Amino acid sequence: MKLTLRVWRQKNADADGTMSTYEVDGISPDMSFLEMLDTLNEELILKGEDPVAFDHDCREGICGACSLVINGDAHGPERTTTCQLHMRSFRDGDTIDVEPWRASAFPVVKDLVVDRSAFDRIIQAGGYITAPTGSAPEAHATPVPKPDADFAFEHAECIGCGACVAACPNGAAMLFTSAKVNHLNVLPQGAPERETRVLDMVAQMDEEGFGGCTLAGECATACPKGIPLTSITGMNKEWLRATRKAAKR
Amino acid sequence: MARTVWDSTVGKKAVMAVSGLIMLLYLVVHMIGNLKIFFGPGEFNHYAHWLRTVGEPFMHHEWTLWLVRVVLVVAVVAHAVSAYQLSRRDIKARPSKYVHSKPRASYATRTMRWGGIILALFIVWHVLDLTTGHVHSGGFESGKPYQNVVDTFSTWYGNAVYIVAMLAVGLHIRHGFWSAAQTLGVGSRTRDRALKTVANVLALLLTAGFLAVPVGVMTQVVS
Ligand code: HEM
Ligand code: SF4
Ligand code: FES
Repeated sequence: MKLTLRVWRQKNADADGTMSTYEVDGISPDMSFLEMLDTLNEELILKGEDPVAFDHDCREGICGACSLVINGDAHGPERTTTCQLHMRSFRDGDTIDVEPWRASAFPVVKDLVVDRSAFDRIIQAGGYITAPTGSAPEAHATPVPKPDADFAFEHAECIGCGACVAACPNGAAMLFTSAKVNHLNVLPQGAPERETRVLDMVAQMDEEGFGGCTLAGECATACPKGIPLTSITGMNKEWLRATRKAAKR
Repeated sequence: MARTVWDSTVGKKAVMAVSGLIMLLYLVVHMIGNLKIFFGPGEFNHYAHWLRTVGEPFMHHEWTLWLVRVVLVVAVVAHAVSAYQLSRRDIKARPSKYVHSKPRASYATRTMRWGGIILALFIVWHVLDLTTGHVHSGGFESGKPYQNVVDTFSTWYGNAVYIVAMLAVGLHIRHGFWSAAQTLGVGSRTRDRALKTVANVLALLLTAGFLAVPVGVMTQVVS
Protein backbone atom coordinates (compact mmCIF):
# COMPACT_ATOMS: atom_id res chain seq x y z
CA MET A 1 0.00 0.00 0.00
CA LYS A 2 1.05 3.55 -0.68
CA LEU A 3 -0.21 6.18 1.71
CA THR A 4 -0.03 9.90 2.33
CA LEU A 5 0.26 10.78 6.02
CA ARG A 6 -0.41 14.16 7.49
CA VAL A 7 1.13 14.05 10.95
CA TRP A 8 1.12 16.60 13.79
CA ARG A 9 4.73 17.66 14.41
CA GLN A 10 5.59 19.73 17.46
CA LYS A 11 9.17 20.04 18.77
CA ASN A 12 8.25 20.41 22.43
CA ALA A 13 5.53 21.54 24.80
CA ASP A 14 6.16 25.24 24.16
CA ALA A 15 6.65 25.14 20.40
CA ASP A 16 3.90 25.66 17.86
CA GLY A 17 3.01 22.55 15.91
CA THR A 18 1.84 21.94 12.36
CA MET A 19 0.65 19.07 10.21
CA SER A 20 3.52 17.72 8.07
CA THR A 21 2.95 15.56 5.01
CA TYR A 22 4.85 12.30 4.38
CA GLU A 23 4.53 9.58 1.77
CA VAL A 24 5.01 5.94 2.79
CA ASP A 25 5.20 3.03 0.39
CA GLY A 26 5.36 -0.75 0.71
CA ILE A 27 2.91 -0.92 3.61
CA SER A 28 1.38 -4.36 4.12
CA PRO A 29 -2.34 -4.48 5.01
CA ASP A 30 -1.37 -6.85 7.84
CA MET A 31 0.81 -4.25 9.54
CA SER A 32 -0.54 -2.53 12.60
CA PHE A 33 -0.89 1.24 12.51
CA LEU A 34 2.14 1.56 14.77
CA GLU A 35 4.23 -0.71 12.52
CA MET A 36 3.29 1.57 9.65
CA LEU A 37 4.57 4.53 11.69
CA ASP A 38 7.73 2.52 12.52
CA THR A 39 8.28 2.18 8.76
CA LEU A 40 7.94 5.92 8.35
CA ASN A 41 10.32 6.57 11.25
CA GLU A 42 12.98 4.21 9.84
CA GLU A 43 12.92 6.21 6.62
CA LEU A 44 13.09 9.50 8.51
CA ILE A 45 16.06 8.29 10.55
CA LEU A 46 17.89 7.14 7.40
CA LYS A 47 17.32 10.59 5.94
CA GLY A 48 18.69 12.15 9.12
CA GLU A 49 15.36 13.65 10.11
CA ASP A 50 13.70 13.62 13.51
CA PRO A 51 11.43 10.55 13.83
CA VAL A 52 7.78 11.06 14.80
CA ALA A 53 7.34 10.64 18.57
CA PHE A 54 4.35 8.56 19.64
CA ASP A 55 3.45 6.62 22.78
CA HIS A 56 3.28 2.82 22.78
CA ASP A 57 4.25 -0.03 25.04
CA CYS A 58 2.52 -3.42 25.03
CA ARG A 59 1.21 -3.28 21.45
CA GLU A 60 -1.34 -5.84 22.63
CA GLY A 61 -4.20 -3.53 23.49
CA ILE A 62 -3.80 -3.84 27.25
CA CYS A 63 -1.51 -1.09 28.53
CA GLY A 64 -3.28 2.02 27.31
CA ALA A 65 -0.12 3.79 26.14
CA CYS A 66 -0.90 4.17 22.44
CA SER A 67 -2.92 7.26 21.76
CA LEU A 68 -3.49 8.62 18.27
CA VAL A 69 -6.38 10.47 16.75
CA ILE A 70 -6.64 9.02 13.26
CA ASN A 71 -8.83 10.83 10.72
CA GLY A 72 -10.57 12.58 13.60
CA ASP A 73 -11.32 9.38 15.55
CA ALA A 74 -9.52 8.49 18.78
CA HIS A 75 -7.77 5.16 18.01
CA GLY A 76 -9.01 5.36 14.41
CA PRO A 77 -11.93 3.83 12.56
CA GLU A 78 -12.20 0.50 14.42
CA ARG A 79 -13.26 0.05 18.01
CA THR A 80 -9.87 -0.97 19.30
CA THR A 81 -6.57 0.52 20.43
CA THR A 82 -4.25 2.16 17.90
CA CYS A 83 -1.77 -0.70 18.33
CA GLN A 84 -4.44 -3.23 17.40
CA LEU A 85 -5.65 -1.28 14.40
CA HIS A 86 -4.46 -2.82 11.13
CA MET A 87 -3.72 -1.16 7.83
CA ARG A 88 -6.39 -3.29 6.15
CA SER A 89 -8.84 -0.78 7.63
CA PHE A 90 -7.49 1.69 5.06
CA ARG A 91 -7.28 1.68 1.29
CA ASP A 92 -4.28 1.98 -0.95
CA GLY A 93 -3.72 5.64 -1.83
CA ASP A 94 -5.54 6.98 1.25
CA THR A 95 -4.54 10.20 2.96
CA ILE A 96 -4.52 9.70 6.72
CA ASP A 97 -4.49 12.48 9.33
CA VAL A 98 -2.69 11.63 12.57
CA GLU A 99 -3.03 13.95 15.56
CA PRO A 100 -2.39 13.79 19.31
CA TRP A 101 -5.12 13.63 22.00
CA ARG A 102 -6.47 17.16 22.38
CA ALA A 103 -7.45 18.43 25.84
CA SER A 104 -6.02 21.17 28.00
CA ALA A 105 -5.53 18.61 30.78
CA PHE A 106 -3.39 16.53 28.36
CA PRO A 107 -0.70 18.95 27.11
CA VAL A 108 1.39 17.85 24.13
CA VAL A 109 4.91 16.84 25.13
CA LYS A 110 6.23 16.24 21.61
CA ASP A 111 4.58 15.40 18.28
CA LEU A 112 1.90 12.82 19.11
CA VAL A 113 2.88 12.29 22.76
CA VAL A 114 0.74 13.92 25.43
CA ASP A 115 1.16 14.10 29.19
CA ARG A 116 -1.56 11.98 30.78
CA SER A 117 -0.35 12.22 34.39
CA ALA A 118 -3.65 13.95 35.25
CA PHE A 119 -5.14 10.43 35.10
CA ASP A 120 -2.54 9.18 37.59
CA ARG A 121 -3.51 11.93 40.01
CA ILE A 122 -7.20 11.01 39.67
CA ILE A 123 -6.27 7.42 40.56
CA GLN A 124 -4.15 8.63 43.49
CA ALA A 125 -7.17 10.53 44.77
CA GLY A 126 -9.19 7.35 45.30
CA GLY A 127 -8.74 4.70 42.64
CA TYR A 128 -7.47 2.10 45.10
CA ILE A 129 -8.62 0.05 48.08
CA THR A 130 -7.02 0.04 51.50
CA ALA A 131 -6.15 -3.57 52.11
CA PRO A 132 -3.16 -5.25 53.72
CA THR A 133 -0.84 -6.36 50.96
CA GLY A 134 1.14 -9.57 51.10
CA SER A 135 0.07 -13.00 49.97
CA ALA A 136 -3.20 -13.21 48.05
CA PRO A 137 -6.21 -13.73 50.35
CA GLU A 138 -8.29 -16.89 50.14
CA ALA A 139 -10.59 -16.40 47.14
CA HIS A 140 -13.78 -17.39 48.98
CA ALA A 141 -13.14 -15.24 52.05
CA THR A 142 -15.14 -12.34 50.60
CA PRO A 143 -18.11 -13.55 48.57
CA VAL A 144 -19.06 -11.33 45.63
CA PRO A 145 -22.44 -11.85 43.94
CA LYS A 146 -21.99 -12.82 40.30
CA PRO A 147 -23.79 -9.77 38.81
CA ASP A 148 -21.60 -7.48 40.92
CA ALA A 149 -18.47 -9.31 39.85
CA ASP A 150 -19.50 -8.99 36.20
CA PHE A 151 -20.28 -5.29 36.64
CA ALA A 152 -16.92 -4.67 38.33
CA PHE A 153 -15.13 -6.59 35.62
CA GLU A 154 -16.79 -4.68 32.82
CA HIS A 155 -15.52 -1.42 34.32
CA ALA A 156 -12.14 -2.87 35.29
CA GLU A 157 -11.46 -3.28 31.59
CA CYS A 158 -10.59 0.42 31.31
CA ILE A 159 -6.91 0.68 30.37
CA GLY A 160 -6.63 4.40 31.07
CA CYS A 161 -5.77 5.31 27.49
CA GLY A 162 -7.65 8.61 27.51
CA ALA A 163 -9.48 8.12 24.20
CA CYS A 164 -12.65 9.15 26.02
CA VAL A 165 -11.11 12.54 26.83
CA ALA A 166 -9.75 12.91 23.30
CA ALA A 167 -13.14 12.20 21.74
CA CYS A 168 -15.19 14.34 24.13
CA PRO A 169 -16.19 17.75 22.74
CA ASN A 170 -15.63 19.11 26.29
CA GLY A 171 -12.37 17.28 27.05
CA ALA A 172 -14.12 15.58 29.96
CA ALA A 173 -12.67 12.63 31.88
CA MET A 174 -16.02 11.36 33.11
CA LEU A 175 -15.91 7.94 31.41
CA PHE A 176 -12.44 7.11 32.73
CA THR A 177 -13.25 8.30 36.25
CA SER A 178 -16.62 6.56 36.29
CA ALA A 179 -15.08 3.29 35.11
CA LYS A 180 -12.71 3.36 38.09
CA VAL A 181 -15.37 4.47 40.59
CA ASN A 182 -17.88 1.83 39.47
CA HIS A 183 -15.28 -0.92 39.36
CA LEU A 184 -14.29 -0.44 42.99
CA ASN A 185 -17.53 0.88 44.49
CA VAL A 186 -19.58 -2.20 43.64
CA LEU A 187 -17.16 -4.62 45.34
CA PRO A 188 -17.07 -5.38 49.07
CA GLN A 189 -13.31 -4.71 49.00
CA GLY A 190 -14.00 -1.16 47.86
CA ALA A 191 -16.82 -0.50 50.34
CA PRO A 192 -14.85 1.25 53.13
CA GLU A 193 -13.92 4.13 50.78
CA ARG A 194 -17.13 4.07 48.75
CA GLU A 195 -18.05 7.70 49.52
CA THR A 196 -14.62 9.33 49.78
CA ARG A 197 -13.52 7.60 46.58
CA VAL A 198 -16.15 9.14 44.35
CA LEU A 199 -16.01 12.56 46.00
CA ASP A 200 -12.21 12.77 45.91
CA MET A 201 -11.80 11.40 42.39
CA VAL A 202 -14.42 13.77 40.96
CA ALA A 203 -12.84 16.69 42.83
CA GLN A 204 -9.42 15.79 41.40
CA MET A 205 -10.91 15.42 37.93
CA ASP A 206 -12.29 18.97 38.17
CA GLU A 207 -9.01 20.21 39.65
CA GLU A 208 -7.09 18.93 36.60
CA GLY A 209 -9.14 21.13 34.28
CA PHE A 210 -11.15 18.49 32.46
CA GLY A 211 -14.51 19.65 31.13
CA GLY A 212 -17.93 18.54 32.31
CA CYS A 213 -20.25 15.95 30.83
CA THR A 214 -22.90 16.99 28.31
CA LEU A 215 -23.81 13.38 27.56
CA ALA A 216 -22.78 13.67 23.94
CA GLY A 217 -21.76 10.01 24.13
CA GLU A 218 -18.59 10.36 22.05
CA CYS A 219 -16.47 8.86 24.86
CA ALA A 220 -18.32 5.56 24.90
CA THR A 221 -18.19 5.36 21.10
CA ALA A 222 -14.41 5.89 21.13
CA CYS A 223 -13.59 3.66 24.11
CA PRO A 224 -11.61 0.63 22.89
CA LYS A 225 -12.80 -1.38 25.89
CA GLY A 226 -16.52 -0.71 25.50
CA ILE A 227 -17.00 1.11 28.81
CA PRO A 228 -20.69 2.09 28.49
CA LEU A 229 -22.11 5.59 28.78
CA THR A 230 -24.29 4.35 31.66
CA SER A 231 -21.07 4.13 33.63
CA ILE A 232 -21.27 7.93 33.94
CA THR A 233 -24.87 7.70 35.14
CA GLY A 234 -23.67 5.24 37.78
CA MET A 235 -20.95 7.60 38.96
CA ASN A 236 -23.40 10.52 39.14
CA LYS A 237 -25.61 8.38 41.34
CA GLU A 238 -22.69 7.45 43.59
CA TRP A 239 -21.60 11.09 43.81
CA LEU A 240 -25.07 12.34 44.77
CA ARG A 241 -25.41 9.54 47.34
CA ALA A 242 -22.02 10.32 48.88
CA THR A 243 -22.81 14.03 49.00
CA ARG A 244 -26.09 13.37 50.81
CA LYS A 245 -24.35 11.05 53.28
CA ALA A 246 -21.57 13.56 53.91
CA ALA A 247 -24.16 16.25 54.62
CA LYS A 248 -25.83 14.06 57.25
CA ARG A 249 -22.60 13.57 59.15
CA MET B 1 -23.31 20.59 51.05
CA ALA B 2 -24.48 23.50 48.87
CA ARG B 3 -20.82 24.46 48.34
CA THR B 4 -19.80 20.92 47.38
CA VAL B 5 -22.64 20.74 44.88
CA TRP B 6 -22.05 24.14 43.29
CA ASP B 7 -18.26 23.74 43.11
CA SER B 8 -18.34 20.38 41.37
CA THR B 9 -19.06 19.83 37.68
CA VAL B 10 -21.19 16.84 38.65
CA GLY B 11 -23.09 18.86 41.27
CA LYS B 12 -23.62 21.88 39.04
CA LYS B 13 -24.99 19.59 36.37
CA ALA B 14 -27.45 18.24 38.95
CA VAL B 15 -28.58 21.83 39.59
CA MET B 16 -29.17 22.15 35.84
CA ALA B 17 -31.11 18.92 35.74
CA VAL B 18 -33.38 19.78 38.69
CA SER B 19 -34.03 23.35 37.52
CA GLY B 20 -34.64 22.04 34.01
CA LEU B 21 -37.16 19.50 35.27
CA ILE B 22 -38.97 22.19 37.29
CA MET B 23 -39.27 24.29 34.13
CA LEU B 24 -40.37 21.23 32.18
CA LEU B 25 -43.15 20.52 34.67
CA TYR B 26 -44.25 24.13 34.40
CA LEU B 27 -44.24 23.95 30.59
CA VAL B 28 -46.56 20.93 30.61
CA VAL B 29 -49.06 22.78 32.82
CA HIS B 30 -48.64 25.97 30.78
CA MET B 31 -49.24 24.16 27.50
CA ILE B 32 -52.45 22.53 28.74
CA GLY B 33 -53.65 25.91 30.01
CA ASN B 34 -52.93 27.55 26.65
CA LEU B 35 -55.12 25.06 24.82
CA LYS B 36 -58.16 26.53 26.57
CA ILE B 37 -57.94 29.32 24.01
CA PHE B 38 -59.77 26.99 21.61
CA PHE B 39 -62.85 27.16 23.86
CA GLY B 40 -63.36 30.87 23.38
CA PRO B 41 -62.56 34.13 25.17
CA GLY B 42 -64.91 33.43 28.07
CA GLU B 43 -63.23 30.23 29.18
CA PHE B 44 -59.68 31.43 28.46
CA ASN B 45 -60.02 34.73 30.29
CA HIS B 46 -61.76 33.01 33.16
CA TYR B 47 -58.90 30.54 33.40
CA ALA B 48 -56.41 33.42 33.49
CA HIS B 49 -58.41 35.05 36.26
CA TRP B 50 -58.53 31.80 38.21
CA LEU B 51 -54.70 31.67 38.13
CA ARG B 52 -54.79 34.74 40.39
CA THR B 53 -57.25 33.27 42.86
CA VAL B 54 -55.76 29.77 43.25
CA GLY B 55 -55.51 28.73 46.88
CA GLU B 56 -57.95 31.29 48.21
CA PRO B 57 -59.04 31.79 50.92
CA PHE B 58 -55.85 30.34 52.44
CA MET B 59 -53.71 32.25 49.97
CA HIS B 60 -54.29 35.94 49.42
CA HIS B 61 -55.10 37.17 45.88
CA GLU B 62 -52.18 36.35 43.53
CA TRP B 63 -50.01 34.78 46.24
CA THR B 64 -49.93 31.38 44.55
CA LEU B 65 -49.15 32.99 41.22
CA TRP B 66 -46.28 34.93 42.73
CA LEU B 67 -44.99 31.82 44.46
CA VAL B 68 -44.87 30.02 41.12
CA ARG B 69 -43.17 33.04 39.53
CA VAL B 70 -40.49 33.11 42.23
CA VAL B 71 -39.79 29.37 41.84
CA LEU B 72 -39.59 29.82 38.06
CA VAL B 73 -37.23 32.79 38.24
CA VAL B 74 -34.98 30.88 40.63
CA ALA B 75 -35.06 27.88 38.27
CA VAL B 76 -34.31 29.95 35.15
CA VAL B 77 -31.45 31.82 36.83
CA ALA B 78 -29.94 28.67 38.38
CA HIS B 79 -30.23 26.87 35.05
CA ALA B 80 -28.78 29.66 32.96
CA VAL B 81 -25.91 30.46 35.34
CA SER B 82 -24.84 26.83 35.64
CA ALA B 83 -25.20 26.37 31.87
CA TYR B 84 -22.98 29.39 31.29
CA GLN B 85 -20.34 28.36 33.82
CA LEU B 86 -20.21 24.73 32.70
CA SER B 87 -20.10 25.66 29.01
CA ARG B 88 -17.22 28.07 29.59
CA ARG B 89 -15.33 25.40 31.45
CA ASP B 90 -16.01 22.86 28.69
CA ILE B 91 -14.74 25.18 25.97
CA LYS B 92 -11.59 25.91 27.97
CA ALA B 93 -10.96 22.20 28.52
CA ARG B 94 -10.82 21.60 24.78
CA PRO B 95 -9.06 24.64 23.32
CA SER B 96 -7.59 23.25 20.09
CA LYS B 97 -9.78 21.56 17.56
CA TYR B 98 -8.72 18.57 15.53
CA VAL B 99 -7.54 19.43 12.06
CA HIS B 100 -9.60 16.48 10.87
CA SER B 101 -12.74 17.32 12.80
CA LYS B 102 -16.04 15.51 12.90
CA PRO B 103 -19.11 17.69 13.30
CA ARG B 104 -21.17 14.92 14.92
CA ALA B 105 -19.05 15.01 18.05
CA SER B 106 -20.66 18.14 19.39
CA TYR B 107 -24.08 18.16 17.71
CA ALA B 108 -26.20 17.63 20.83
CA THR B 109 -24.04 19.93 22.94
CA ARG B 110 -24.10 22.72 20.37
CA THR B 111 -27.86 22.50 19.87
CA MET B 112 -28.35 22.64 23.64
CA ARG B 113 -26.20 25.78 23.90
CA TRP B 114 -27.73 27.59 20.94
CA GLY B 115 -31.18 26.39 21.90
CA GLY B 116 -30.61 27.59 25.45
CA ILE B 117 -29.61 31.07 24.28
CA ILE B 118 -32.67 31.24 22.00
CA LEU B 119 -34.86 30.16 24.91
CA ALA B 120 -33.35 32.72 27.28
CA LEU B 121 -34.05 35.53 24.78
CA PHE B 122 -37.50 34.13 24.13
CA ILE B 123 -38.41 34.03 27.83
CA VAL B 124 -37.55 37.74 28.17
CA TRP B 125 -39.51 38.67 25.04
CA HIS B 126 -42.44 36.47 26.02
CA VAL B 127 -42.81 38.04 29.47
CA LEU B 128 -42.51 41.57 28.03
CA ASP B 129 -45.07 40.67 25.37
CA LEU B 130 -47.85 38.82 27.15
CA THR B 131 -47.30 39.42 30.87
CA THR B 132 -46.25 43.08 31.11
CA GLY B 133 -47.22 44.16 27.60
CA HIS B 134 -44.13 46.34 27.07
CA VAL B 135 -43.36 44.99 23.61
CA HIS B 136 -46.91 44.01 22.75
CA SER B 137 -48.09 44.74 19.20
CA GLY B 138 -51.73 45.70 19.84
CA GLY B 139 -53.31 47.66 22.63
CA PHE B 140 -52.24 45.46 25.55
CA GLU B 141 -54.91 45.04 28.22
CA SER B 142 -54.20 43.05 31.36
CA GLY B 143 -57.12 40.81 32.23
CA LYS B 144 -57.86 40.32 28.50
CA PRO B 145 -55.31 37.63 27.63
CA TYR B 146 -57.44 36.16 24.82
CA GLN B 147 -57.28 39.37 22.77
CA ASN B 148 -53.61 39.89 23.67
CA VAL B 149 -52.71 36.44 22.34
CA VAL B 150 -54.68 36.99 19.14
CA ASP B 151 -52.89 40.31 18.61
CA THR B 152 -49.47 38.78 19.10
CA PHE B 153 -50.10 36.03 16.59
CA SER B 154 -51.58 38.44 14.10
CA THR B 155 -48.10 39.81 13.40
CA TRP B 156 -45.62 37.89 11.28
CA TYR B 157 -42.77 38.44 13.74
CA GLY B 158 -44.89 37.35 16.68
CA ASN B 159 -45.45 34.05 14.91
CA ALA B 160 -41.85 33.74 13.73
CA VAL B 161 -40.29 34.31 17.16
CA TYR B 162 -42.75 31.94 18.77
CA ILE B 163 -42.35 29.13 16.24
CA VAL B 164 -38.55 29.25 16.39
CA ALA B 165 -38.64 29.21 20.19
CA MET B 166 -41.04 26.27 20.34
CA LEU B 167 -38.89 24.22 17.97
CA ALA B 168 -35.94 25.09 20.22
CA VAL B 169 -37.90 23.96 23.28
CA GLY B 170 -38.68 20.65 21.60
CA LEU B 171 -35.03 19.97 20.73
CA HIS B 172 -33.89 21.13 24.17
CA ILE B 173 -36.26 18.78 25.96
CA ARG B 174 -35.46 15.89 23.67
CA HIS B 175 -31.83 15.83 24.80
CA GLY B 176 -32.47 17.51 28.15
CA PHE B 177 -34.99 15.12 29.66
CA TRP B 178 -32.87 12.07 28.94
CA SER B 179 -29.73 13.93 30.08
CA ALA B 180 -31.34 14.94 33.34
CA ALA B 181 -32.08 11.28 34.07
CA GLN B 182 -28.40 10.44 33.55
CA THR B 183 -27.23 13.41 35.59
CA LEU B 184 -29.46 12.42 38.50
CA GLY B 185 -28.33 8.81 38.27
CA VAL B 186 -31.70 7.27 37.46
CA GLY B 187 -30.89 6.15 33.91
CA SER B 188 -29.88 2.56 33.28
CA ARG B 189 -29.40 0.19 30.39
CA THR B 190 -32.84 -1.36 30.86
CA ARG B 191 -34.56 2.00 31.23
CA ASP B 192 -32.76 3.74 28.37
CA ARG B 193 -35.35 3.03 25.69
CA ALA B 194 -38.24 4.09 27.92
CA LEU B 195 -36.45 7.33 28.88
CA LYS B 196 -35.69 8.19 25.26
CA THR B 197 -39.29 7.47 24.27
CA VAL B 198 -40.67 9.65 27.06
CA ALA B 199 -38.23 12.41 26.05
CA ASN B 200 -39.37 12.26 22.42
CA VAL B 201 -43.07 12.13 23.32
CA LEU B 202 -42.74 15.04 25.76
CA ALA B 203 -40.82 17.10 23.21
CA LEU B 204 -43.33 16.38 20.48
CA LEU B 205 -46.44 16.99 22.61
CA LEU B 206 -45.09 20.24 24.04
CA THR B 207 -43.99 21.61 20.67
CA ALA B 208 -47.24 20.60 18.98
CA GLY B 209 -49.37 21.83 21.89
CA PHE B 210 -47.67 25.21 22.06
CA LEU B 211 -47.65 25.63 18.27
CA ALA B 212 -51.38 24.86 18.07
CA VAL B 213 -52.14 28.35 19.39
CA PRO B 214 -50.34 30.50 16.75
CA VAL B 215 -51.49 28.07 14.06
CA GLY B 216 -55.04 28.45 15.39
CA VAL B 217 -54.82 32.23 15.13
CA MET B 218 -53.19 32.14 11.69
CA THR B 219 -55.93 29.86 10.37
CA GLN B 220 -58.60 32.03 12.04
CA VAL B 221 -59.85 29.12 14.16
CA VAL B 222 -59.07 31.50 17.02
CA SER B 223 -59.90 35.13 16.34
C1 HEM C 1 -32.75 30.26 30.21
C2 HEM C 1 -32.82 29.56 29.10
C3 HEM C 1 -32.08 28.25 29.00
C4 HEM C 1 -30.73 28.05 28.81
C5 HEM C 1 -29.66 29.13 28.66
C6 HEM C 1 -30.51 26.63 28.78
C7 HEM C 1 -29.29 26.01 28.54
C8 HEM C 1 -29.05 24.68 28.75
C9 HEM C 1 -27.79 24.05 28.51
C10 HEM C 1 -26.52 24.71 27.97
C11 HEM C 1 -27.93 22.75 28.88
C12 HEM C 1 -26.84 21.71 28.93
C13 HEM C 1 -26.82 20.93 27.71
C14 HEM C 1 -25.84 19.83 27.81
O1 HEM C 1 -25.38 19.54 28.92
O2 HEM C 1 -25.55 19.28 26.75
C15 HEM C 1 -29.29 22.55 29.33
C16 HEM C 1 -29.80 21.36 29.79
C17 HEM C 1 -31.14 21.18 30.15
N1 HEM C 1 -32.16 22.08 30.00
FE1 HEM C 1 -31.94 24.03 29.51
N2 HEM C 1 -31.70 25.98 28.97
C18 HEM C 1 -32.69 26.93 29.10
C19 HEM C 1 -34.05 26.72 29.27
C20 HEM C 1 -34.61 25.50 29.56
C21 HEM C 1 -36.04 25.29 29.68
C22 HEM C 1 -37.14 26.34 29.46
C23 HEM C 1 -36.19 24.00 30.05
C24 HEM C 1 -37.50 23.35 30.35
C25 HEM C 1 -37.93 22.33 29.75
C26 HEM C 1 -34.87 23.38 30.12
C27 HEM C 1 -34.60 22.06 30.45
C28 HEM C 1 -33.34 21.49 30.45
C29 HEM C 1 -33.06 20.16 30.92
C30 HEM C 1 -34.06 19.14 31.51
C31 HEM C 1 -31.66 19.97 30.74
C32 HEM C 1 -30.85 18.73 31.06
C33 HEM C 1 -29.99 18.89 32.28
C34 HEM C 1 -28.97 17.79 32.28
O3 HEM C 1 -28.29 17.62 31.27
O4 HEM C 1 -28.84 17.10 33.28
N3 HEM C 1 -33.93 24.33 29.80
N4 HEM C 1 -29.95 23.75 29.23
S1 SF4 D 1 -12.82 4.61 29.62
FE1 SF4 D 1 -12.18 3.63 27.69
S2 SF4 D 1 -11.39 5.35 26.46
FE2 SF4 D 1 -11.47 6.08 28.58
S3 SF4 D 1 -9.45 5.67 29.43
FE3 SF4 D 1 -10.71 3.87 29.91
S4 SF4 D 1 -10.34 2.44 28.21
FE4 SF4 D 1 -9.60 4.45 27.51
S1 FES E 1 0.45 -0.03 23.06
FE1 FES E 1 -0.49 -0.91 24.86
S2 FES E 1 -2.58 -0.62 24.41
FE2 FES E 1 -1.70 0.04 22.55
